[in-house]
Amino acid sequence: MREITLSQAVNEAIAEEMRRDPSVFLMGEDVAEAGTPFKVLSGLVEEFGTERVIDTPISEPGFMGMAVGAAMTGARPIVDLMFGDFIFLIMDQLCNQAAKTHYMSGGKLTVPLVLRTNMGATRRSAAQHSQSLQALVAHIPGLKVAMPSSSYEAKGLMKTAIRDNNPVVIFEDKLMYQDKAPVPEEEYLIPFGVANVKREGRDITLIGTSSMVQVAEKAAEILAAEGISAEVIDPRTIVPLDEKTLIESVKKTSRAIVIDEGHQSYGVTAEIASRLNEKAFYHLDAPVLRMGAMDVPVPFSPALEDLTVPTPEQVAANARRLCAGELIHAA
Amino acid sequence: MAKAKSNTEDYLRMYTQMVRIRTFEDNANQLYLSAKMPGLTHMYSGEEAVAVGICEALTDADRITSTHRGHGHCVAKGAEFKAMFCELLGKAEGYCRGKGGSMHIADQSHGNLGANAIVGGSMGIATGSALRAKLQGSDDVTVCFFGDGATAQGLLYEVMNMAALWKLPVIYACENNGYSEYTKTEEIAAGSITARAEAFGIEAHQVDGQDVLEVNDLARKLVARARKGEGPFFIELMTYRYHGHHVGDINREYYRSKAEEKEWKDNRDPIIRFRAHLVREGIATEADLDALNAEIEKDAAEAVAYALDAAYPDAAEVDMHVYAA
Repeated sequence: MREITLSQAVNEAIAEEMRRDPSVFLMGEDVAEAGTPFKVLSGLVEEFGTERVIDTPISEPGFMGMAVGAAMTGARPIVDLMFGDFIFLIMDQLCNQAAKTHYMSGGKLTVPLVLRTNMGATRRSAAQHSQSLQALVAHIPGLKVAMPSSSYEAKGLMKTAIRDNNPVVIFEDKLMYQDKAPVPEEEYLIPFGVANVKREGRDITLIGTSSMVQVAEKAAEILAAEGISAEVIDPRTIVPLDEKTLIESVKKTSRAIVIDEGHQSYGVTAEIASRLNEKAFYHLDAPVLRMGAMDVPVPFSPALEDLTVPTPEQVAANARRLCAGELIHAA
Repeated sequence: MAKAKSNTEDYLRMYTQMVRIRTFEDNANQLYLSAKMPGLTHMYSGEEAVAVGICEALTDADRITSTHRGHGHCVAKGAEFKAMFCELLGKAEGYCRGKGGSMHIADQSHGNLGANAIVGGSMGIATGSALRAKLQGSDDVTVCFFGDGATAQGLLYEVMNMAALWKLPVIYACENNGYSEYTKTEEIAAGSITARAEAFGIEAHQVDGQDVLEVNDLARKLVARARKGEGPFFIELMTYRYHGHHVGDINREYYRSKAEEKEWKDNRDPIIRFRAHLVREGIATEADLDALNAEIEKDAAEAVAYALDAAYPDAAEVDMHVYAA
């Protein structure tokens, strides 16, 4: 199968959906000729024109709000938010308007829009361009949240998001834009709420989101060499969450670590760990462990920044301890 | 009264709609005062000529966005009393199945995209609706209603900039009722409000918001021009809210005198003025208009009684409509 970058996968998904459905359009800062700073959207303006690939002023709340209005009245906007950190600027439009409109109108109005943005540290971009803010969005009922872990997921989840009748936020890891993975030539969609078991195992379940799937897979390799069999699961969407697949896995392995690049406290890892505790308690041989980013603003210095994100070695070390029964008493 | 070329039917409909709004609000206020309505609500009384003058220039295909003080917009855009009172009382037959209430009432069937409880929260939505119209080659116009208080929100300047850059069919209708919640507008707004729109190259007008014909005349002209791609436009409508910020804001002399309220009610009331005009011009007699008023009062009373007896939503609805299918 051919291999394409995550950036190309996103681009293909959007182009295919824009060809299929004339109500789909793109808006955001430098999305047209510039194709975004990460060049993810390059070439789209040449095919679809400036009417459907709209460069906006640097007015995030303004264009996010406009996307909500366009979506409520029959269009399907894809909003490009240059950095995930800018979500703080659009919180009212995303959380008070887009997320609640369907409910507040008793189901009469719908807001079919996609907000594509990014996450991920270690790009030496410091505290305001490195955050992974998916937990903030996942907290708000009415929003769906997708976290692609490779080119394959990036394409299939984007196409599903564009066809969904709800506001969907997609977090792409900005460090993965140039990573290649096999992506079929033929059309496919990845349904929301269906986790992917990336690697089967017996002894422990490693649940990772986005780039942390790679971290979990590398950890699983380290552990395999030591005779520990780790199962790796990618939920692919955290809202909706495929609880069933996660619980089934933990019932089998009796141990789990949840890894996500958002801050650990009050985060995605806490939510998933808590559900496993509630729903698979009698099957657990050890406490479910959370591994998120450190609870510090992301530092600029590489020497410090690299300390803030979970690594395969740290995941493997924690898995080893869980399998040895160490953390049962420590907890 | 401004001269507008219109027929008797249009005039009587405008009168009817203004009285319907006032009557709706009087009933809503009574529901609050008699503790029959959950929560709070914000009365539109006094501002009727604004909503009616503008909405009478629109069709059902045209969209509006409304505010926390939104009952007037909802009625003026064509909503029915029954479903509105049901919504105010949280009943299943409300426009939003009781899930939105007074501050989120929406009536998709007449193009009302909804009231908004965030001051200025709908400015992006209105402008985005206009962007959609332009992208899809549709000739509908969107009117964004907001108050003078909302002119302090940065969102307005972001979206006016884009609306002007892209010549969007949107009309920003600023209802300047003199008060930003409990604070005089002059204490929160520097310079001129219309000049802010003009800074973006947007044609801006200031009108007497208590004169329904003047409002309607201007609205018709601007709506027709916006349909042809000459938008956006900005209108500052000078008006007055008779009640406090909300129905519970009763002792308000610390920010507004009773004499000032009396002056607006006695000498500038939009319904009294228009009624006098209709009689003077021979369009209707006092008796005709009294009969109209009585009919509207009867409708409202029936709708209130209906809503009070109507069923609450079933408990199963609590987690329905979080996500669309």
